Amino acid sequence: MNDLIQINPSSLTGKKYWRSLDHLADTPQFREWVEREFQDGASEMLGGSRRTLLKLMAAGFGLAGMTACRRPVEHILPYSKGVEGLVLGKPVNYATVAGNGAVATGLIVECNDGRPTKVEGNPRHPASLGATNAFLQASVLDVYDPDRARHVSHDGARSSWSEFAAWWKDESARLGDGAGLRILSGRYSSPSLAALKADIAKKYPKAVWVEYDSISFDQPVLGAQIAFGQPLEAGYQYDKANVVLSLDSDFLGLDSQTVLPTKQFSSRRRVKDGHEEMNRLYVAEPNFTITGGMADHRLRLRASDVGAFALALARELNVSGAELKVLGSDSAKDKKFLAAVAKDLTANKGKSIVVAGPRQPAEVHALVALINQALGNNGQTVTYAKPVAGASDSVAALKQLGADVNSGAVKTLFVLGGNPVYSAPADLDLATAMKRVPATVALTADENETWAAAAWRLPEAHAFESWGDARTADGTASIQQPLIQPLYGGRSVLELAAMISGAASAKGYDTVKSFWSAQWGADADKKWQASLFEGSIDGTKTAPVDAKCDPAKVLAAVQAAMKPAAAGLEVAFYPSSSTYDGRFANNAWLQEAPDPMTKLVWDNAALLSPSTAKQLGVANGDMLSLSANGKEISAPAMILPGHADDSISLALGYGRAACGRVGRGIGHRVEGLRTTAGYCFTAAQARKSAATYELVTTQEHHTLVEPITGQKRNDIVEESNIGEYRKELGHSAEHHAAEGHSLTDLFPAYDYTKGLQWGMSIDLNACTGCNACLVACVAENNIPVVGKDQVKRGREMHWIRMDRYFTGAEDDPQAVIQPMACQQCEKAPCESVCPVAATAHSPEGINEMAYNRCVGTRYCLNNCPYKVRRFNFLNWNKDVPETKKMVFNPDVTVRMRGVMEKCNYCIQRIEEKRTLAKMENRRAIKDGEILTACQQVCPADAIVFGNINDPESRVAKLKKQPRDYTVIEEVNAKPRTTYLARLRNPNPELA
Amino acid sequence: MADLAIDPRTELNPPLVKGAEGYGDVTDQISVITEQKPPKQWYMAMGVALPLLGLLGICLTYLVSTGIGVWGNNNPVGWGWDITNFVWWIGIGHAGTLISAILFLFRQRWRTSINRAAEAMTLFAVACAAIYPLFHTGRPWRAAYWLFPIPNEYLHIWQNFRSPLMWDVFAVSTYGTVSALFWFVGLIPDLATLRDRAKSPVRRYIFGILSLGWRGSASQWRHYELAYLILAGISTPLVLSVHSIVSFDFATSVLPGWHTTIFPPYFVAGAVFSGFAMVLTLLVLVRWVYSLQNLITIKHLENMCKVMLATGTIVGFAYGTEFFIAWYSANQYERFTFMNRAFGPYAWAYWTMLLCNVVSPQFFWFKKIRTSIPAMFVLSIFINIGMWFERFVIIATSLHRDFLPASWGYFRPTWVDIGTFVGTIGLFLTLFLLFIRFLPAIAVSEVKGVLHHQISTEKGGH
Repeated sequence: MNDLIQINPSSLTGKKYWRSLDHLADTPQFREWVEREFQDGASEMLGGSRRTLLKLMAAGFGLAGMTACRRPVEHILPYSKGVEGLVLGKPVNYATVAGNGAVATGLIVECNDGRPTKVEGNPRHPASLGATNAFLQASVLDVYDPDRARHVSHDGARSSWSEFAAWWKDESARLGDGAGLRILSGRYSSPSLAALKADIAKKYPKAVWVEYDSISFDQPVLGAQIAFGQPLEAGYQYDKANVVLSLDSDFLGLDSQTVLPTKQFSSRRRVKDGHEEMNRLYVAEPNFTITGGMADHRLRLRASDVGAFALALARELNVSGAELKVLGSDSAKDKKFLAAVAKDLTANKGKSIVVAGPRQPAEVHALVALINQALGNNGQTVTYAKPVAGASDSVAALKQLGADVNSGAVKTLFVLGGNPVYSAPADLDLATAMKRVPATVALTADENETWAAAAWRLPEAHAFESWGDARTADGTASIQQPLIQPLYGGRSVLELAAMISGAASAKGYDTVKSFWSAQWGADADKKWQASLFEGSIDGTKTAPVDAKCDPAKVLAAVQAAMKPAAAGLEVAFYPSSSTYDGRFANNAWLQEAPDPMTKLVWDNAALLSPSTAKQLGVANGDMLSLSANGKEISAPAMILPGHADDSISLALGYGRAACGRVGRGIGHRVEGLRTTAGYCFTAAQARKSAATYELVTTQEHHTLVEPITGQKRNDIVEESNIGEYRKELGHSAEHHAAEGHSLTDLFPAYDYTKGLQWGMSIDLNACTGCNACLVACVAENNIPVVGKDQVKRGREMHWIRMDRYFTGAEDDPQAVIQPMACQQCEKAPCESVCPVAATAHSPEGINEMAYNRCVGTRYCLNNCPYKVRRFNFLNWNKDVPETKKMVFNPDVTVRMRGVMEKCNYCIQRIEEKRTLAKMENRRAIKDGEILTACQQVCPADAIVFGNINDPESRVAKLKKQPRDYTVIEEVNAKPRTTYLARLRNPNPELA
Repeated sequence: MADLAIDPRTELNPPLVKGAEGYGDVTDQISVITEQKPPKQWYMAMGVALPLLGLLGICLTYLVSTGIGVWGNNNPVGWGWDITNFVWWIGIGHAGTLISAILFLFRQRWRTSINRAAEAMTLFAVACAAIYPLFHTGRPWRAAYWLFPIPNEYLHIWQNFRSPLMWDVFAVSTYGTVSALFWFVGLIPDLATLRDRAKSPVRRYIFGILSLGWRGSASQWRHYELAYLILAGISTPLVLSVHSIVSFDFATSVLPGWHTTIFPPYFVAGAVFSGFAMVLTLLVLVRWVYSLQNLITIKHLENMCKVMLATGTIVGFAYGTEFFIAWYSANQYERFTFMNRAFGPYAWAYWTMLLCNVVSPQFFWFKKIRTSIPAMFVLSIFINIGMWFERFVIIATSLHRDFLPASWGYFRPTWVDIGTFVGTIGLFLTLFLLFIRFLPAIAVSEVKGVLHHQISTEKGGH
């Protein structure tokens, strides 16, 4: 207060406010009044005896204790205006859009009391159809990350947006035609941003906007450029294909948005009575991806040999009639595979897909386009359209930017979003380059490497905090609707672009709305409302381009570009299933989600095949020195059965030096080996170093074959092939029944034939193991993260885990992934052993946990044959930052240490719908009305939950399928979750 | 006492106690231990026991304040050293009850020299064991009373009487109570002796209260012997029931390696086996420190060796039967569990167990070894170790690899695991040392009953 008053009024500009006439006059009395600590005689001790002093002290002490009686001051902030439709305590859902690349997925985000807590797919959005991937599930945690960039700063000093605006005003005036202006951003599909870009280009005609993503989808577009003479993006309709050949493409996993391809692909794996056509998937890949795990036939192939394979396939299919050169030497096995694939593809003309991964160079994509054309797939299963985001060689553009910086041409550099200093090719050395630019501005989500290298550091708003728009792969645009005010005063890329362009309003809302209003014209407001409600904008889908190419010409170009791959070791760079390209490095949910194949948590590793490991003399955890193109890094080796020989796969996005508390120093940075010359894969040398490193997995490489005895366990994963399955279905139903085990119960069964009886069916034939359900479960059920050290001790808390089993030879196995959560046994072994009855059965067949009653004997865990119970060994929720508390689902208890927890079929969701049904005065809960979190998110629709007492329910029908089986049935616990057996569709010629 | 009615001289047995003692000498020899300053070995032993007790306090405080995570327990292995130690301690307690009750009923009169110490050991072992069921829980502040059927405001919340852990609560608490009563009743005449010999009024006052007005009259003796007989009768089924019920913790589960009907007899035999080993370990030391060679003769020790040989062989047979049944059941999981025990990651523990429990007692076939104190001492230590490993093998190897290979894991103890275990040994030793310091470690009145010759002049009490 004193400070305020002591300001000399005469120095203030503008209107003067005075408190009294004395103040106005600034009299000495007033000055004294200001300077005195207390008012005249207010509390100054007047003389007073020792006795008075003691009395006052005693009273003081006594009253000091009274402070405890004071009620804490709480400010109640009522809605001064009621929000329409808002019921306190009831979540509100908003449609928005987000993505972890240029293209985006439509979402519905649940908001509890104004805080987004759960992400779901938007069922009305064509790229989501209600499902999402693991990254989108976890993205809500990033909103509350306390390690996000929180302040505007300039040269290390705290600053503000207004100071930045002032600086930009001066700076933009100096820029003139923008010759010294460079803007570096990730690739965005936002139409509003594209418009702003055009404005900026108009205002600063000589400025250059460089788009760069660490995980780039440029090469397919550039391949189309070679093939069709125009940049086009291929869209694949996997639901229409009988045969799919993937060439190093993890199209069900990280090489796409996961959701739509998985939905389409799995729709062809849902075998009911065996008469349906099941599709067949061939995968030729170096790394063992989840797409490889789904394959009916898989060929282990180095990334650098994929081109030669594609060429050989083109030759085999005789795509042009011209003589094609031979690259590399195919082994007999490769030749057999190739011949079989070619035959299968030919037999399914117009109903097949050949797809190449984004790591493969443009020539391979051109070749693939040619093959698809020759197979008559174009226009049938493969369609081409104009790319929704920009299309250019972003590595080349980044290289040019580096050259411009070094030549001193760049005066002002904006980095909008992303973290290029961390992820850019090592030979460009962007960190040093940025120091040479006189003015650098970085808008970053967290205090990352790029943030550290910039002079102006601006906090970026999260997608859930800002207005924007984005398009999905087929072009459908959606409005990105904020769900919360920016927690740390961040602004979006769009807003900063608007600022750069000098737009009248730099507010995201204005930019987006004015852009779309201009598009819509007359009934803009109505359409705006409709778009917000639907989560997508009508009529924005891009029209397919009827693309045709001249095979001879294309082949000539391709053959000229393709060179035989060098023999020996290669390294290939992959997105990480946890951090993607490093952007999720500070996301603990994702860090703790085990990699689908390696089951590695909190780390990346140099993945290699067992025989390559033997050749290099390394075991799991031995450090490898890897060098390529003059760069060297080290990374721990990890043996992955099924990996291609002479190839090492490295996951990007680890070893972040400047990162928040969760991700700092986690894993090993492999970006240091990535150069413009070998951006996706490159020949490399590896040598074992003396050091070792501890890698932690949630699961050992145990297979279904027991060690020691060599016996296979047959009643865990049931797997067959479609031929055998059809044959078996030929047998009579009685035969099937007779095969059943003769299991007897000692005690009479509880009557579960009445009312709602919940059950679940998990289709192993559809599940790809993408981890989306695992992360969704974490988000829905407030599942704590325990960290690498505790996972090492076997204390991870995931209620649903992805059990991965390899079958077959160690070198070249097949994989099956089995989601394993509480099976809700009707005769639950966990229940009878709990001494305090903390886990008991509901009349609806759910094995429920009363956390409050649990004393933590862990007997239930020991007696669980599925080991799906999770114990709070320590207080995992200790020291949760205040902001992270906001992500908790208010419908689910946060468990304390010492209690057991586990899946309960999302009982909170069941109760929510039960209440709803009661309020709507209907007795029945509709089938499909209740979706468990794992079910809702599943892109493969592999998880179905419902009332098994209703013969018409989806789950009851699935459970009647012959493929239905119970895991370890002989325990006779009568689980409510059953599985549909895995089927493969092998090519008889390769069997 | 009931068996006192038989004139010892009519028996053909060699003397059970040696030397030319009269009743008074026996009284002196035993009572003096509690009346004089203890020997320096006692202080040395206390010097070991007390720091270990302190360690127990530290470990338990850390455990309760931080969580079970300070131990090595993990997801497949929900129980580790905690329940291993619990069963081990409970087993050790068995010898006491067996000696005092069953051997009493079978009139095995050689028991009189060792029953007091064995009973005390039972109590202290039960005290050590009782720590684990409480502290192994995630929330001991709740488990402390939620496991008891105490009426509460939520009348519909009741314990789950189907749970073997509930049976454990009753079995162990009954066992503890009855053992304490039995021990105390047996002490009454000796407490009176100490009271009568007491020089200081404080001592006289304390022992006066504890001896419950014992005067040694004929009618008192009559009631006393009847009470003792009844208690022996009550205790006898407990010897069988407690460890049978403890074995139900495992036997009623569905886990391969636990789910087996052989457990009750096998556990009881194992308990007696380990109990005798512990009694032997302790008595060899006590006998040496206090020069009680005349009262605890080599015959006593040899008899104990024989019991160990018998029970050890039963245990070995049980191991073989388990393997046979695993094979015979043709159950894949069962078979794997046993193969995994012998050849899996915990093979070292399994073979340690086998060596200690099956091989080492076989040496007791030789009289030379049965009567060699160093040999039997070393073997008893082996058996103590082996029986600990037996429980560890049952618990950890069955849990760490069960049905779904994806959930398999491994258990490693932490320093707190080790500290808690060593700490309970500290507690046990402390209690035992206090016992031999302040109470007659040998039942004075009973030993007198087995003296071979009658002394006409009776001095110094009973």
